[in-house]
Amino acid sequence: MTDASTTGSAVTGPTSAALDTAALDTAALDTAALDTAALDTAALDTAALDPAVAGMPANARPVWRDNVATFASNRFALAGLVALVVIALLCFVGPHLYSTNQEATNLINENLPPSGQFPLGTNPEGFDILGRLMLGGQSTLEVGFAVALVATAFGTFWGAIAGYAGGLLDALLMRVVDTMLSIPFLFFVVLLGTLLQPTLPLIVVAIASVSWLSTARIVRGETLSLRTRDYVVAARGFGNGHLRLVLRHVVPNALGVVVVNATLKVADAILLFASISFLGLGVPPPATNWGRMLTTGINNLFDGYWWQLWPAAIAIVATVVAINAVGDGLHDVVEKRLGAGRR
Amino acid sequence: MTAYLARRLGQAVVVLLLVSLIVFGLLHALPGGLVRAQLGPKASPYAVRQLAVQEGLTKPLPVQYLVWLGHALQGNLGFSYKLNTPVSTLLGEYFPRDLLLTGAAIALAIAVSVPLGALQAYRRNKGVDYAFSGVLLALYSMPSFLLGVIAIIVLNIELPLLPSTAQQFGQGFGTDVKVLVLPVLTLMLGNIAYYSRYVRSSVIDNLLEDYVRTARAKGAPWSRVLVRHVLRNSLLPVVSLIGISFPYVVSGSLIVEALFDYPGMGLLFWDAEQSRDYPVLLGVVLLVSVAVVVGNLLADLAYAALDPRIRYD
Repeated sequence: MTDASTTGSAVTGPTSAALDTAALDTAALDTAALDTAALDTAALDTAALDPAVAGMPANARPVWRDNVATFASNRFALAGLVALVVIALLCFVGPHLYSTNQEATNLINENLPPSGQFPLGTNPEGFDILGRLMLGGQSTLEVGFAVALVATAFGTFWGAIAGYAGGLLDALLMRVVDTMLSIPFLFFVVLLGTLLQPTLPLIVVAIASVSWLSTARIVRGETLSLRTRDYVVAARGFGNGHLRLVLRHVVPNALGVVVVNATLKVADAILLFASISFLGLGVPPPATNWGRMLTTGINNLFDGYWWQLWPAAIAIVATVVAINAVGDGLHDVVEKRLGAGRR
Repeated sequence: MTAYLARRLGQAVVVLLLVSLIVFGLLHALPGGLVRAQLGPKASPYAVRQLAVQEGLTKPLPVQYLVWLGHALQGNLGFSYKLNTPVSTLLGEYFPRDLLLTGAAIALAIAVSVPLGALQAYRRNKGVDYAFSGVLLALYSMPSFLLGVIAIIVLNIELPLLPSTAQQFGQGFGTDVKVLVLPVLTLMLGNIAYYSRYVRSSVIDNLLEDYVRTARAKGAPWSRVLVRHVLRNSLLPVVSLIGISFPYVVSGSLIVEALFDYPGMGLLFWDAEQSRDYPVLLGVVLLVSVAVVVGNLLADLAYAALDPRIRYD
């Protein structure tokens, strides 16, 4: 039993650490801000961290405030958050202010360039592209966040069980993860999409089925180191059951890293969703998403309808950059708390 | 080394068996079953029954799995419904083209990423670093087909230098090189965004090590410290990074091949997806997964050969 567990950890160890760094490094693009933040708030660290370790919610406010300050001191992250809120408002509130017909095709208006009546022009079905951008953004953002939620919950569950149980179960669970990771994810998602009827929830399931793997690895790694900590041993000594130990003591302490990972998952899911839309999988029209809008633009590339390509392209790239920026800021917060904890 | 080799090989075999189990499971998860997929919804129950018996689909699932696995090990992956060719023949024809496309893209991406990442690390948190980080983040945040389309717009529509499709692939060396430029460029740019970030952080880690200070204290110039000491040590993790990146590169090739009509496994897979040609779909998934497992294994072995710390763990 012990033998199997060491084998498992020895081999998956370096890889998962590597994946971890790669994932977190997306966030590490702007580190200058982190440095200043670390200097500014270094004095607060010790005071702020104590209640967090003791898990006293009554005193949690200073930690919370400290985290916000760290996040806000990363200007790139702050700009990302603002951009993300603006994009979300545009997609979900926008259609109430700027109402367009996105149900019935109107062939008289097909392929019109931007004008006063259609600020971003129209597409081959005669739909107004600005209105379509809002509608497509809704499903794109919904899929992105739903995938991150489902994949993170499942991956955390899987990884925590593997790391906490150890031994044969750990080896078995992690081999499943290794296996899924060696099937190139886009092929797997397209295959699942072909087998299942493509509705939005099933697309979320298909993307989440490849997205949970990195979370499982990260959480397993965290759990392996957390389960031997004194406070977990003490909690076990008080007679807490396994489930309670994992849910109350292990998972909450791995949460910081998980949240950063989940943020980046939203970005990855949006890109993957765009890719499978390009490959022709998705909900039938008049439903749309940014990936499909982009594909329409590509199909008409040689006709010179540039306004059919760029709005969706800019929307996807801006959203993904903004999400990565937010992940960067959250990474700063987690990094600082971990750094303070280890001192 | 032998113990490490044996353990790593054993793991690869387990993973491959699990991959085969998943592929087999998907084959049988088909709505309506394999026979319906082959004969269509209008086939008579008699014909359905007859084909099911003929293909051994009435036997218990474990028996079917072993028979299927036996066939797969002998290279028999069934027949394509649409192309009426053995799947293995198709794979044998398309797979080498993928090795060419992905191999060229990975090699070129490494050739660019290593110097780029090292430069960024050396000038970290300065203008050059920020500028490149910004460009790379934009590249990283783009769906790969958008990257390809921008390449087409710049190098085909605006400056008519290169063909926008790779359909003419296989008509002599000159054309092959010409049609490959855009697909390789697209796949490469995505990889550069992925690799150079990693090289950057690996080089920064090494720059903070004591041996760098020692080398500097001995009077070695920065150029020598960087190339002889830091880069050598930073390149080790890049070897395993290549291994980890295989699934990304292969997934990327699916998009690039669909966009440029490059006749590789990605295009084969995409065509099979449009026509619901299940034996081809599953054969491709099986082969790309095997390729990834083998590639990972080779990367790990190369890593172990280069870094003694892994061997003696």
